[in-house]
Amino acid sequence: MGGLAHILESEGIPTTHISLIRTHTEKIRPPRALAVPFELGRPLGAPNEPDFQRRVLLETLKLLERPSGPVLEDFPDAPPASDADDDGEGWACPVNFAPPADDLDDAELVYRALLQEVTLLRPWYEEAKKANKRSMVGISGKTPEEIARFLADMLVDPDGTAPPFPDATIGTGFKRMADDMRYFYTESAVARPDGRTNDVDVATWLWGETTLGKVLVAIRDASMESEEPSLKALAVTAMVPSHQRHRTKHG
Amino acid sequence: MVHLHQMPEHLRNALVNQELPTYETTPWVDPKPLADCRVALISTAGLHRREDPPFAAGAGDYRVIPDDVDTDELMMSHISTNFDRTGFIQDVNTSFPIDRLHELVADGAIGSAAARHYSFMGATPPAAMEPVARDLAGLLKQDRVDSVLLVPV
Repeated sequence: MGGLAHILESEGIPTTHISLIRTHTEKIRPPRALAVPFELGRPLGAPNEPDFQRRVLLETLKLLERPSGPVLEDFPDAPPASDADDDGEGWACPVNFAPPADDLDDAELVYRALLQEVTLLRPWYEEAKKANKRSMVGISGKTPEEIARFLADMLVDPDGTAPPFPDATIGTGFKRMADDMRYFYTESAVARPDGRTNDVDVATWLWGETTLGKVLVAIRDASMESEEPSLKALAVTAMVPSHQRHRTKHG
Repeated sequence: MVHLHQMPEHLRNALVNQELPTYETTPWVDPKPLADCRVALISTAGLHRREDPPFAAGAGDYRVIPDDVDTDELMMSHISTNFDRTGFIQDVNTSFPIDRLHELVADGAIGSAAARHYSFMGATPPAAMEPVARDLAGLLKQDRVDSVLLVPV
């Protein structure tokens, strides 16, 4: 991000930017940056907090009024706390699943277990779509049912599974489909009636309590030892979130 | 919440200590007064319209996000699994503050919003991004953009 600021400014365009990782910005020294104490993924602080977001935006833009630089300022305030942060109670998914499938060697059983989860989540997914007026499911262009089929087959017979898209490696194809499935589950989870959500709580449920989580962890374990470069490259950093990697064989 | 300090130590160190480009000097251009500025947003969240191709690992390319984009059509196909997406799911402005930018225009705090905004995918190595970013500078000038607001993820 700071590198982009250097390039654009050197082309004659003034830049200002929000910094989520202050130590990076200290090293790169872009012309103007506002360091914010927010979670990665939330550069404006929090969703549905327009007044707070506007403050962050305006503070960042106001750095353009400084006479000289580089300028690195700190935004002083944490984002408004959501209800979930206040009560300290654990988060429960609105859907009661049967325990995740134990037998991950039978593609048919895994497929059916995934389908069952999709079916149970669908009303919440539809509600989320209505509430958010949008959905990010759709990166792969496949339905959750098609993705369940692909994941079950890939889990059980990785070498016999063809890349799902003609223009992309199996790693890229897997990534698009896995992201869609995770969006389907995450958007459903966010639809919980009181809207109490945060990334780690939702992920702890998805990766710890669902068949999808178990399947994705098992695919990651296999991919770490795979000869297929597109899977291996992805497996190291981009298959399982860092805070859930303790569930995997290779960490 | 995934703050840096909550990451497992080895992963946090890998992120904080990742190799970064270094610059001996910092370029500086004097901007116009804010109230006259035409502002473009550039995000590194891997955002694009639903019909655009998703981002692929290691690519330094960008997607154009028109100022009048239907935000309900915005997708995020960033390769990283290590940042919060629940905020963006609920409100695009959590990482792409397009509605807030329009409000600042309406209030007169800034002059106008650019016709086009842009998104990269931040995991891209800076060397892959540089030629594209230089080209992008030309597009921004064509759009008479006075200042750019960079938003990471």
